Amino acid sequence: MATAVENIPGVEVMDSALESQMTLSMGPQHPSTHGVLRLDLRLDGELVIKAIPDIGYLHTGMEKLFEYKKYQQGIVITDRMDYLNPLGNNLVYVMAAEKLLGIEIPERAQIIRVLMCELQRIASHMVWFGTSCLDMGAMTPFWFTFKEREKILNIIESASGGRMTPSYFRIGGLMMDLPAGFENRVKQFLDGFPDALKTFDTLITGNTIWHSRTQGIGVISKQDAIDWGLTGPCLRGSGVDIDLRRDNPYTGYETYDFEVPVEHDGDVWSRFLVRMRELRESHKIVKQALERLKPGPTKADAPKVVLPDRDDMRKHMDSLIHHFLIVAEGFNVPEGEVYHAIEASKGELGVYMKSNGGPKPERVHFRGPSFVNLSALPVMAEGEMIADVVAIIGSLDIVLGEIDR
Amino acid sequence: MTERLHGFVEKLRERDASWVGEVVEAFGEVTVIVPREGILEACYFLRDEHDFDLLADICGADRGPEEDPRFEVNYHLFSTVHFQRLRLKVLLSEDDAKVESVTDVWRTADWHERETFDMFGVKFEGHEDLRRILLPSDFDGHALRKDYPLRGYEPYSMN
Repeated sequence: MATAVENIPGVEVMDSALESQMTLSMGPQHPSTHGVLRLDLRLDGELVIKAIPDIGYLHTGMEKLFEYKKYQQGIVITDRMDYLNPLGNNLVYVMAAEKLLGIEIPERAQIIRVLMCELQRIASHMVWFGTSCLDMGAMTPFWFTFKEREKILNIIESASGGRMTPSYFRIGGLMMDLPAGFENRVKQFLDGFPDALKTFDTLITGNTIWHSRTQGIGVISKQDAIDWGLTGPCLRGSGVDIDLRRDNPYTGYETYDFEVPVEHDGDVWSRFLVRMRELRESHKIVKQALERLKPGPTKADAPKVVLPDRDDMRKHMDSLIHHFLIVAEGFNVPEGEVYHAIEASKGELGVYMKSNGGPKPERVHFRGPSFVNLSALPVMAEGEMIADVVAIIGSLDIVLGEIDR
Repeated sequence: MTERLHGFVEKLRERDASWVGEVVEAFGEVTVIVPREGILEACYFLRDEHDFDLLADICGADRGPEEDPRFEVNYHLFSTVHFQRLRLKVLLSEDDAKVESVTDVWRTADWHERETFDMFGVKFEGHEDLRRILLPSDFDGHALRKDYPLRGYEPYSMN
């Protein structure tokens, strides 16, 4: 984070009115920067010659905080990183800890994890869709997308108690089993969602204004996309067929039937199409997960790590002791380091976790997809018009909470 | 499961034995500790000959002020061709915490290296624009070092 424009090499402040180039500081309060992102734009008229993202306005030292919290307390922090996809953050964090601990998760818990993550992916894409249209002046889709998102947040709230900060996945399973009537709520949502997708297509996908605003804008080639470390829909929009759910499967994704949408143009339009098709695939996965739900345990059989059921605590002394020890002292995690990555809604969400054998991690590092995708913004924005920069930021689907951590 | 990864480590060793220090296998992941001098060439070799074309992440770690070597820099390599992951690790001592930049190998290393510099004070030689990224440019100290207190030394003000 720079404190003044002068600090940035290659960008000079305009000192003469006759000079054709100027520097524009876009943000951090600009509404289309999706949070508190600042861009230093070197402009020639409306043409962007140089774009330098300036981040850090939302930095809260989360990675430092992890080192002072027990493993189970860290889950709450992850909710606040990518606040549009908190269940994905929960998942990657608990899976890294489970990898260190060597815990196997019961099947029902795995299915619920997949189900919830895919619902969350739809909710996250809804925000992306609504806001990227809003940025470019189309206000109507925003209301429709937030209606769908609200339905999902209600479903998540019914299971976890939190709308935006669920902390539903715990090390060794889930916080608690699904509430009664959950399946019906999800079914209701699934039945209505194809109609909503039709509405979106009518409003935006076939809209010629939308085509002219997005096609051929913000192009990044396949080679550049890989070189800049893009992941998720941004990478697939550049013609690279890769999805960690299929290629590095976790939580049983290999048993679900879904396709990985790929587009080849690498522009805003391609990234848009990839996400729109992903919504349909997520819908498909939720449907399959719902069919597979069968009664069973939702917590792993690891009494030293997983909090016991309330009922057990009233009846068994050892459960009470375990509960007390886990809450008061935490549990020791074997020494070692892991890197675990999942396909979050925005790309590869990775966590590097290092344990020194104690109840608190020695180092937790999050590899946020938004962080890396944003770093490639200059490649896409340079040579475009200033109004297109807004379109490109929208197509990257960034969340500053995750970038700044 | 990790035979393929060990194959890459063998290839690395065949090419230049001085690139490979210790090899650790744990939790289904393979870590190669690479001496500081060899990291850039080892990265070029893995990218060009073995399709590790995507750098997923670089992150630093501090082992504590009394340890030597004190700092770790972890490179998480990923391949979009065979979907394998390999971790390279460089160990650095506190009084000489610098390593060659890999921004020429993968452009994405740019921000990762800036973040590592920002948080740990590890210098990346050859990085074109190594300045703070998350913390303010006039921030004092490196926040993720173990001897930096959680709440900082004094209330920070933007003035």
